Amino acid sequence: MTESPAQETASPVPESETQPLPQQPVNPGAPAREALAGAALPLKMSVRNLDFFYGDNQALKSVNVPLYDRHATAFIGPSGCGKSTLLRVLNRMYDLYPGQRATGDVLLDGENVLDPKLDLNSLRARVGMVFQKPTPFPMTIYENIAFGVRLYENLGKADMDDRVEKALRGAAIWDEVKDKLNASGLSLSGGQQQRLCIARTVAIQPEVILFDEPCSALDPISTAKVEELIDELRNHYTIAIVTHNMQQAVRVSQYTAFMYLGEMVEFGETGQIFQTPRESRTQDYITGRFG
Amino acid sequence: MSEAVLSEQTKRVSYGDTRAKVLKLFNLGDTAFHILTKSCAVAVLVLLGGVIVSLIHGSAPALREFGLGFLTSQSWNPVTEKFGAAPAIYGTLVTSFIALLIAAPMGFGIAVFLTELCPYQLRRPVGIAVELLAGIPSIIYGIWGMFVLAPFLQEHVQPGLIAAFAGVPWLENVFSGPPYGIGIATASIILAIMILPLVSSISRDVFETVPPVLKEAAYGVGCTRWEVMRRIVAPYTGVGLVGGIMLALGRALGETMAVTFVIGNAHKISPSILGPGTTISATIANEFTEADGALYTSSLIALGLLLFVITFFVLAASRLLLARIQRQEGR
Repeated sequence: MTESPAQETASPVPESETQPLPQQPVNPGAPAREALAGAALPLKMSVRNLDFFYGDNQALKSVNVPLYDRHATAFIGPSGCGKSTLLRVLNRMYDLYPGQRATGDVLLDGENVLDPKLDLNSLRARVGMVFQKPTPFPMTIYENIAFGVRLYENLGKADMDDRVEKALRGAAIWDEVKDKLNASGLSLSGGQQQRLCIARTVAIQPEVILFDEPCSALDPISTAKVEELIDELRNHYTIAIVTHNMQQAVRVSQYTAFMYLGEMVEFGETGQIFQTPRESRTQDYITGRFG
Repeated sequence: MSEAVLSEQTKRVSYGDTRAKVLKLFNLGDTAFHILTKSCAVAVLVLLGGVIVSLIHGSAPALREFGLGFLTSQSWNPVTEKFGAAPAIYGTLVTSFIALLIAAPMGFGIAVFLTELCPYQLRRPVGIAVELLAGIPSIIYGIWGMFVLAPFLQEHVQPGLIAAFAGVPWLENVFSGPPYGIGIATASIILAIMILPLVSSISRDVFETVPPVLKEAAYGVGCTRWEVMRRIVAPYTGVGLVGGIMLALGRALGETMAVTFVIGNAHKISPSILGPGTTISATIANEFTEADGALYTSSLIALGLLLFVITFFVLAASRLLLARIQRQEGR
């Protein structure tokens, strides 16, 4: 295989900004960001030498991975390889459970997320998360959005209405729910619930959004809508998405990380990973030989 | 060849025959099983009906004699054979209500602590200790209430309460009178301790039904633990929590032995919760052996019928409440 065309147009990135990357990052098919990529690809989050333990069981082994600002990074790999675990470290969700601990560095704009003194609530406001199963709160559709916003901002009725509408529009669900904002969030279909959850996450204006297999409980039509939405969201947010669906990784991400047995096997621009993987394990996985 | 076909056919016929037999046997077993389970279910209904009928039958003389006045009259005089249930009804409702007032928040608190905040190693020990409270026989609560709690309240708590509320309008009456030690308040506290394990273990179980991912989602938008409990866990589990409270109320309403020890057994409605009173079950337990006249016995059975009716309404109300909450949540 020859090098992908995307690689040939790769632009230089200042040393100080980058991880020891296997590949000069570039963003294919996103002309709007070409300028950004040309200047320098700013790092939003950076995971360095991360080890993670469930009790005595080591789930992540010295993982290094960058998340570039306003780009989507997909995490692929067989079940149990640590993708979701990695995601749960990025917003310290693991903190809720005793016996789970992480060592290493996870930098968010240069600030260490793993610092025990860090304010978790404001971290989670900056790093939002969308789960595998839709998780609407047991309240009305309106309240599902307003609830999160109220935790951080004291908005008047009109401003709040505005924000809720904007969030619902942003998650491409406004037209479906605008006439029943006072209905329970639980009354929506699975796909709508998932988009409601995305709206809820977007409403608190995070900087990074983590998606943990956001489409695995959805039908193909809802999946297409959510994927479209994720692609749209990356204009404003840094996105990390765990997926088992490799086509999905190709469709929504610019960078892909392949993980296996707790190790980061390969990280690179998505086109490269899927066309000319450097590692034989990556090759085996994406061609369906295991996993 | 044709022989072979023939034998094959006979085999099939005989096989069909045995199969039919077996099926018939199964059918018989099925029917028997059906009848057995059905009769068990019916037996419960028959028993319930029997209890109601005998309660109504037994209380008929008293109800005929006193009519609706039985509910409102405060007199309880075996000598003149004048009986009224008002003090017992009042005592039953008030003690249970105060007990719930104390036990519900404490129980929720315990449940929240155990499910959300408690260090992992402490969860089981603390949980088991709370549940052990439920295993203590009520007579022991009675003895403890009478010999330990009542004197303690009499000496250290009640005088303070009376002094503190003296001069405060309305509350002055609620906390007035000489500190007897035994009385409505003491009975309520004992009841609260007795139903606490019920409230806390049910609400703990109910809290644990909240999907972890829902809580994670709430933490994910940046909620504190309090916000998660208040806005996510509590609404999600509302049905179960109300159910737990109602169950506890049911237990408190019918609790007999411990209450009988500490309530003072006075057939009067005292405006002060520190004063002595009685409950329906305490009255029945205290007086059934010495009830000599037919009217006396009948009045006690009528009290039993009342307790039955009150409990029924509590359960009915809880059902209605649950239905409303379910509709609200759109489930």
